[in-house]
Amino acid sequence: MEIQFIFETFLSLLGGVPLTVQLAALAILGGLLIGLLVAGMRLSGHRVLIWPAWLYVQIVRSIPLLVLMFLIYYGLTQFSSIRASFLWPILREPYWCAVIALVINSSGYAAEVIRGGLQSVGRNEIEAARACGMSGFLLLRRIVLPLAIRQALPAYSNEMIAMVKATSLASLVTLMDVTGIAASIASSSYRPIGVFVAAGAIYLALTAALTQSVRLMEYRLTPHLRRAALPADAQ
Amino acid sequence: MKTAVRLENLRKRFGGLEVLRGINLEAYEGEVVSILGSSGSGKSTMLRCINMLEIPSEGSVSVAGEQIKIASDGKGRPTGLDTRQIDRLRSRIGMVFQSFNLWPHMTILQNVIEAPVHVLKRNKAECVEEARVLLDRVGIADKADQYPAHLSGGQQQRAAIARALAMRPSLMLFDEPTSALDPELVGGVLRVIRSLAEEGRTMLVVTHEMGFARDVSSRVVFLHQGSIEADGKPEDIFTKSQSPHFEQFLGR
Repeated sequence: MEIQFIFETFLSLLGGVPLTVQLAALAILGGLLIGLLVAGMRLSGHRVLIWPAWLYVQIVRSIPLLVLMFLIYYGLTQFSSIRASFLWPILREPYWCAVIALVINSSGYAAEVIRGGLQSVGRNEIEAARACGMSGFLLLRRIVLPLAIRQALPAYSNEMIAMVKATSLASLVTLMDVTGIAASIASSSYRPIGVFVAAGAIYLALTAALTQSVRLMEYRLTPHLRRAALPADAQ
Repeated sequence: MKTAVRLENLRKRFGGLEVLRGINLEAYEGEVVSILGSSGSGKSTMLRCINMLEIPSEGSVSVAGEQIKIASDGKGRPTGLDTRQIDRLRSRIGMVFQSFNLWPHMTILQNVIEAPVHVLKRNKAECVEEARVLLDRVGIADKADQYPAHLSGGQQQRAAIARALAMRPSLMLFDEPTSALDPELVGGVLRVIRSLAEEGRTMLVVTHEMGFARDVSSRVVFLHQGSIEADGKPEDIFTKSQSPHFEQFLGR
């Protein structure tokens, strides 16, 4: 029975969920941190920072993730200096190669989303904070970032969903994530349709959980955009 | 009388446009100075130079006897400020903006306690208590837990005044505080500002409200094209002819 087979496969694929989730979480977190840095460079107003940040974003967004992953996994082993360096224990692991490729890829998109969020913060709100004696990190932490995050979150949730699905490419550098396990079951059972339907269901569930948590976060972050209990027109 | 603000030969250029052309002004503690002038006369720019929201191109600004340090690139162009000095002075100068500029992601109460807690590092519970008193004073105690977007313009401006007061400022700057309000909301905000004036606070108020300038302020300054053209007590300045431009401004 195909249904029975899909269900059994589904259970086997669950074993790959922790790895998939881990890859996605690291990619999103790392991408966010580097993205913040790159966005900060682009908005710094200093040409020596703007230019490299712009170039980084352009290049990262132009390289297909799979090409980037192959470059890191197969490409870097070609250099004996890298094989001899302290980085080798990391770069010889397919796991870390996949993580690095995912992080780099994510950071390019994250940088643009964050830049948009930061630029959306109104001059007036920043001026009011400055007039109270806020500056530097305090201003960033209390006023700019909280407002920027609220603006950027909807766009950034796209990037997070894209990253969850992009982790499937890690199976091509031998990782046994959900897609990796699915591919091996498919090639041994010769029943690819059932296998990948089960895999698709797992990604659907993961994405649904992610979307719901972003929605909840957005709801909690934006009470000021909800309607008031009472309209406040009168003085 | 002690000097609260001293502006000496203050000049401000935006590109080729000279907005302030050598302003000299000394305001004393306890004075309520109304600053009048048609749009483009430089009155808002002058006010914003006092807390360095605009960096003057030339001249000096002193607040409470302390001169603000402005670094220059050697060709007379300002390049930067001593951030610590500026932050310290700004925390003692309350500013109220034309468009309120409340922080939209915080409730009214959070807006009011934000700077006292995080800039002045004061005890939060005390700040909350004091904030409630201030909100009551400006007449919006019941709005403490609402967000700015849920308030009318007049209520938002009164919240912004409470926010400025929460810093216990020694000087208050008002930049056209009623210009963005619907006519029926102006009165409530003016009443709050008037009550502050009556406490003897030092205030500089850029305004278009002639009645306020005449009745509340202790001094009126008129700017025309970046220069002070008239300066005096309201009872003198509105009765005796000061300058043709001022007469024109008053519509006489």
